[in-house]
Amino acid sequence: MSMRSSLLIAAALVFAAGAAAETPNLGQSITEADLALWDISVSPDGVGLPQGSGTAAQGKAVYEQKCELCHGKDASGGKNAALVSAKDRTVTSYVPHATTIFDFTRRAMPWPQPKSLTADETYAVTAYLLALAKIIGESDVMNAETLPKVRMPNRDGFVSKYPEKH
Amino acid sequence: MSNSKRSDLDSLEVVAGNGLINRRELLGRGIALAGATTAGAGATFSSASAEPLRIDPWSLTIGSTIPAYETPAKYEKHVVRTLTNPNHEPRTSQARTPHHLLNGTITPNGLHFVVSRTGFPDIDPAKHRLAIHGLVRQPKVFTLEALARYPMESRICFVECGGNSAPLYNKDAIQANVQAIHGLVSCSECAGVRLSTLLEETGIDPKATWFLAEGADGPSMNRSIPLAKALDDAMIALYQNGERINPSQGYPMRLLVPGYEGNMNVKWLHRIKLIEAPVMAINETMQYTMRIEGQKSWQFYFPQEVKSFVTHPSPGHSLKGPGFYEISGLAYSGNGRISRVMVSADGGKSWAQAALQEPVLSKALTRFRMPWRWDGQPVVLQSRAWDEAGNTQPTRSQIAAERGEPRVNVPVTAFPMGHMNVITSWSVDNKGEVKHVYA
Repeated sequence: MSMRSSLLIAAALVFAAGAAAETPNLGQSITEADLALWDISVSPDGVGLPQGSGTAAQGKAVYEQKCELCHGKDASGGKNAALVSAKDRTVTSYVPHATTIFDFTRRAMPWPQPKSLTADETYAVTAYLLALAKIIGESDVMNAETLPKVRMPNRDGFVSKYPEKH
Repeated sequence: MSNSKRSDLDSLEVVAGNGLINRRELLGRGIALAGATTAGAGATFSSASAEPLRIDPWSLTIGSTIPAYETPAKYEKHVVRTLTNPNHEPRTSQARTPHHLLNGTITPNGLHFVVSRTGFPDIDPAKHRLAIHGLVRQPKVFTLEALARYPMESRICFVECGGNSAPLYNKDAIQANVQAIHGLVSCSECAGVRLSTLLEETGIDPKATWFLAEGADGPSMNRSIPLAKALDDAMIALYQNGERINPSQGYPMRLLVPGYEGNMNVKWLHRIKLIEAPVMAINETMQYTMRIEGQKSWQFYFPQEVKSFVTHPSPGHSLKGPGFYEISGLAYSGNGRISRVMVSADGGKSWAQAALQEPVLSKALTRFRMPWRWDGQPVVLQSRAWDEAGNTQPTRSQIAAERGEPRVNVPVTAFPMGHMNVITSWSVDNKGEVKHVYA
């Protein structure tokens, strides 16, 4: 389906909403505020980032306690992937947006206790990794304002295969 | 058929090198073929007559109690998935489907492939919720009980990991079987509710062009997917092959985006958010991007493109002497139906068209079959599929021209995302042993 035709269908659905009585309508209405705890996704523009902040120095302490076991000293790799490396592609050298590191760390790490880091700890660990990779300075503060502005080294390293050609 | 009275296998029309037999001749002959096969087997498989038949002990006693939920016969215990992380260490787990031990096109639920970051969560179905929100008119939450009351549909489709078959792009031909190389694809009949039905109820803000799908698992696996797919054929699947989805497949519900790479079929689905642009989740900016030396990486590469491979015979099988065999395998395309599968027994010098087992369904595994008389000499077996959109599998030289010559040998466990659909080659030596080769 082309993007244009999909948009037309989307528009048609919007306008057909008044006729939705034909469907079972068994969902319960909810407000965005009541599902806020689930709405953890963060966009490259920073939408979804929580309040809080952290620096590399603060992040080093969190990293050594909660991350180093798998990712190794100075994030150079261990039982699991290196996060910073001079020679291999890593999350810091490869992903195009710093928000992705925050998002994934918050939702999925540390491996045995996902979602256990506070917002401050997540900003701090993100800052630690970005500073180790020399993408930000040692004393730079990461928060909802500064993180989306970080320019990742592979920012322009991707080309989209969608919409696909058949 | 020019001569329907022929009953000698040797007289069947050979249509391509090294003994590929005209499939129409076999299919059209029915009973005559049965005679031919028996004659061939009698002549080539054994030199002695069969033993006199005796009455076996199981014919002299009562059977076992019928269990409430049956598992395969005790003699089939080797038909299992291979596990890359059986001790649940802090890394991804993969379980691969043993295609060399199966036939047909539907994968039994217990043998469906799995790729999982932390294993499967223990979700209470009564407490599970699916939230749909973001750029909608009215955010809604659905219980499993509510979804089960919606109009449902079922469809048969494959799910394949974007990293399946990755070792085919190794520098050297990996010595592994079809389960190791191609075991991250499986096929099921899924039943559930169309996502578009639910979006009709929430309404869609015209600004929405993508949606985020997220699981209820510990790492909250998430992907951005074009809204066009939601309005095309995406489904909230509740059942797989007739029963509720298994825990490692996403119990109690998963997203099904037919033909798109496996990880987008988000398991344990609990949230759909309509959005204006992709969120650039880790699984679309690190994993499941395609890295190509000297070029920009490919991102948002969704359809699993046309592929086929021979499952019988395949590495690990050994042929018991010259004579009749059926070459069979699986073909599929994320872009629609399989239109044609060609088979070669001489490493691609000559090809014959295989029979496609009906029904041939869009975005589903299709079984192909090719009658073959092996003369006992070394051969190289290949299959090449075409889909209804006209796409076909690349040769090794075509892949190399596009992506560069492979420089490394990755282990099976690495499965780098590569949408690798190059032609697979199996060699059969003069002892009947089957191995993976490049040809």
